[in-house]
Amino acid sequence: MPCKRCKSNPVIQLPNSNIKLCKSCFIKYFERKVLNTIRKYNLINHKENIISALSGGKDSLSLLYLLNKIASKKLDFKLSALLVDEGIKGYRDKTIKTAREFCEKNNIKLHITSYSEVTGKTLDKIKKQFPDTIACSMCGVLRRYLLNKKSRELKANKLATGHNLDDEAQSIMMNQFRHNIALSARLGPITGVKRDKRFVPRIKPFYFLTEKEVATYAFINGLMDEFNECTYCTESNRFVVRDMLNSLEQKYPGTKHSIVASFLEVLPLLKEKYKNQKINSCKICSEPASSEVCNACNLLQRIRQ
Amino acid sequence: MPAVYLEREDKMIKVNELNVKDILKKLNINPTTVIIARNNELITEDAVLSENDKIKILPVISGG
Repeated sequence: MPCKRCKSNPVIQLPNSNIKLCKSCFIKYFERKVLNTIRKYNLINHKENIISALSGGKDSLSLLYLLNKIASKKLDFKLSALLVDEGIKGYRDKTIKTAREFCEKNNIKLHITSYSEVTGKTLDKIKKQFPDTIACSMCGVLRRYLLNKKSRELKANKLATGHNLDDEAQSIMMNQFRHNIALSARLGPITGVKRDKRFVPRIKPFYFLTEKEVATYAFINGLMDEFNECTYCTESNRFVVRDMLNSLEQKYPGTKHSIVASFLEVLPLLKEKYKNQKINSCKICSEPASSEVCNACNLLQRIRQ
Repeated sequence: MPAVYLEREDKMIKVNELNVKDILKKLNINPTTVIIARNNELITEDAVLSENDKIKILPVISGG
């Protein structure tokens, strides 16, 4: 069956639908969907300083590519990229090379920070120090800490991430499974429960696009590098939830869209419920914290012992 | 027989099936987790291959 719009050869059958689109019609569909998300949720405003989190993988490259495309044409904002080098040999070193080349070619300023900078150690070394701790849990704490701190130092209005519909559905379910609803209140196309100058809001322009749609966009635009998997990914609870949701999606198409759509209906209630929750300042680094000392400083203290 | 390159496993195999959907089923691959390319152009799961076609099955998941 040909492309629904122009009858050319299709490159994708849209998720949860019988509609097939060719290369050029899919690009239009994809970019329109991103622009609609940006406008509907007020993700980017005129003249804002937007920093795009970049790993060098297909999601973050596609996001930076598209934001760069619309930064000067459709919306008027300042754009640069921020990469966190965790120090994972054989994985991150490859994607950093891709990220650097992409930014150079497209004349985008690339800021790089690393775990070594703040801990004196790479993630590989930290994992050796704590072999029984899941690498992803330590990595997540450090990455969130660094992305927020660096974005704020760079005076960013927003930090854009390549999170897609699959990622959001996984986060929602993981929070449900762990009875962590306060964390879910921070999710959505723009993160945070209330504005706080210590937090740079994170925006997710790919919020309503599936991982398959993002991969299709990346492939068409030559942004898909050879498959490269993080050394520690099998330790992650997220990957178990991801596989479970993919199995459900295959059996019951539309599952992931339904999870996210249902969540968006209750999200305003969650934000209202948690809006008065106090955000402390970490007594060590002054970064936002849920207790006296933030998770990053707790981890840093353990690493330095 | 069409040739199938599995990027995640980095291996090439030959299959008897000509229908992409049947190939994915035979290889126990969930179609929502991959994109498929023939001659560097993406094709959908209902595409029918020729005997001498070579396709690539690329995982869509993020690596980390």
